Amino acid sequence: MENKGVMIFAEVTDGKLSPITRELLGAGRKLANDLGEELSAIIAGSGVVSTAAKIAAGVTDKVYVVDDPLLKDYCTETYAAVVEKVCQIAHPRILLMGHTTIGSDLAPRAAFRMGTAAKTDCIALDIDDMNKQLLVTKPIFGGNALAVFTMETFPQVATIRVKSMTTQAVESTGKGEIIEVALGLDPAAVKTTVLQKVVAENEGVKLEDASVIITGGRGMGGPEGFKQLEELAKLLKGAVGASRPACDNGWVKDIMQIGLTGKIVSPDVYIAVAVSGTTQHLAGCSGARNIIAINKDPDANIFTEARFGVVGDWKKVLPGFEAEVKKLMGK
Amino acid sequence: MKMIVCVKQVLDPEAPPTKFKIDPNAYNVLMPSDAAPVLSPFDEQAVEAALRIKDANGGTISVISLGANLQRDVVKKPLSMGADELILLEDPAYVDGDSWSTGYALAAAIKKLGQFDLIFCGRQAADSDSGQVGAAIAEILGLTQVTVARKVEVMDGKVRVERVTADGYETIEAALPALITVSNELGEPRYATIKGIIEAKRKEPIVWKPGDIGLDTFKIGAAGSRTRMVKVYQPVHVSKCEMVAGANEEDAGKNLAKKMAEARLL
Repeated sequence: MENKGVMIFAEVTDGKLSPITRELLGAGRKLANDLGEELSAIIAGSGVVSTAAKIAAGVTDKVYVVDDPLLKDYCTETYAAVVEKVCQIAHPRILLMGHTTIGSDLAPRAAFRMGTAAKTDCIALDIDDMNKQLLVTKPIFGGNALAVFTMETFPQVATIRVKSMTTQAVESTGKGEIIEVALGLDPAAVKTTVLQKVVAENEGVKLEDASVIITGGRGMGGPEGFKQLEELAKLLKGAVGASRPACDNGWVKDIMQIGLTGKIVSPDVYIAVAVSGTTQHLAGCSGARNIIAINKDPDANIFTEARFGVVGDWKKVLPGFEAEVKKLMGK
Repeated sequence: MKMIVCVKQVLDPEAPPTKFKIDPNAYNVLMPSDAAPVLSPFDEQAVEAALRIKDANGGTISVISLGANLQRDVVKKPLSMGADELILLEDPAYVDGDSWSTGYALAAAIKKLGQFDLIFCGRQAADSDSGQVGAAIAEILGLTQVTVARKVEVMDGKVRVERVTADGYETIEAALPALITVSNELGEPRYATIKGIIEAKRKEPIVWKPGDIGLDTFKIGAAGSRTRMVKVYQPVHVSKCEMVAGANEEDAGKNLAKKMAEARLL
């Protein structure tokens, strides 16, 4: 049977569509329009029918919902079975997931099970006019190069980097149809047990939501300097982030890492203090609207991405900066 | 515990970005000869995860690496850290594959090794940044997978994994055998010991050609790939940074605040 249409894998947090799902819906609708084909969604979990109804009536043509108590916690095996079953029914041409905790684990496994292939962490999607093939753009070598790939098997599966697609206001078609799929899962298929979920979020503003982020890098030299960044963050109502070396050295919590393998953020103002600006780090912050760099190395790569830069030792630059900020704010 | 770790030799990801050069015709990334290859850092952490279990529970660690022109001092590093044997899938037919064809070859080698309890991979390779080979091996061998681990322990015949999530971590338990991919949050891999380096020098890797593990060359490497690179390029970057100076560094900091205020960034 011919593969047609674009399908997205919806993720739900606390009964609501997660932000990546809105990105997927926007990207998926655009591809579906380019192809002149339908947009559908998979939604899986326990008690997800009402969320599915909203997607269905809103922005998709069809929603395949698999609602099963055994799907309460994510497990690769059961969710791969969901994707395989729904694709056997719907035969999509393209299947999109978020490059999230779930999507990055599920997409390759489900793709291989279906005899096809996935590309992960993609930042752009296009349709080849010649043959309707999906073309995905993906950073490689930690972002030092960009590569465009296509998959030769169907469905063509891709995971999308968080915040890489603009969340489009998708017009409601109001004609979405809900199709409930019974999977008949065997409890023995649940191969992993989630013993506990630990939220290690920092106090104050969440990095993902912050409009101002102050990030410390390897050049901070230890945990002490981060206290100064905290103070500055309070002053600017922002959050403190860290580059990977600062986390790997144990100066700050891993959860503060910004970069390819950490958080991807897009604040209005991103102040990088003693951050050299490896491509791996820039992968996490290049969505910032204004990058400000303070680094004692005039050749530091971070300056190539910055709007304003100061060459100097942060220990001397920051006190002057903080004093002037206080003055300007009338504090 | 019988453990297997898959490791990849890559161009040094810590090399400065200016050193990366693209050969768009060959769909390849080139590095100058002074940039030595290294083990992909996440793979070293995968070796470390296995060594910690060997320390706690005992057992053996077999390391497998796939490629061509594998430098012995690079791929032998896990031996010098404390792994027991090294198997190389070294042949031009293995290279330029995608995650699927690479995982296919590794799975065949793992089958030949026989019974095992745990397989470890890095969360993703530092060159392709794909993070799919582990899933390919797990799918082919029918294994439970847990990805992006920050801690791995074996207790009561089960594996307990702390898996990194967006806002913290979750603790997951699974029966053995299983495949785990390891992230940098696990912590620094140990240094090689002098004894380890001497032992690693003496140990010769076992080299398996495709025929040795029953593989047809059309199913591996570039020939067995399901994905195709159609273009590769380096993003062009025009720096627009306005440098802010001052009488001294503190003064430069003050001027930066003024500049940001003018630009309505405060």
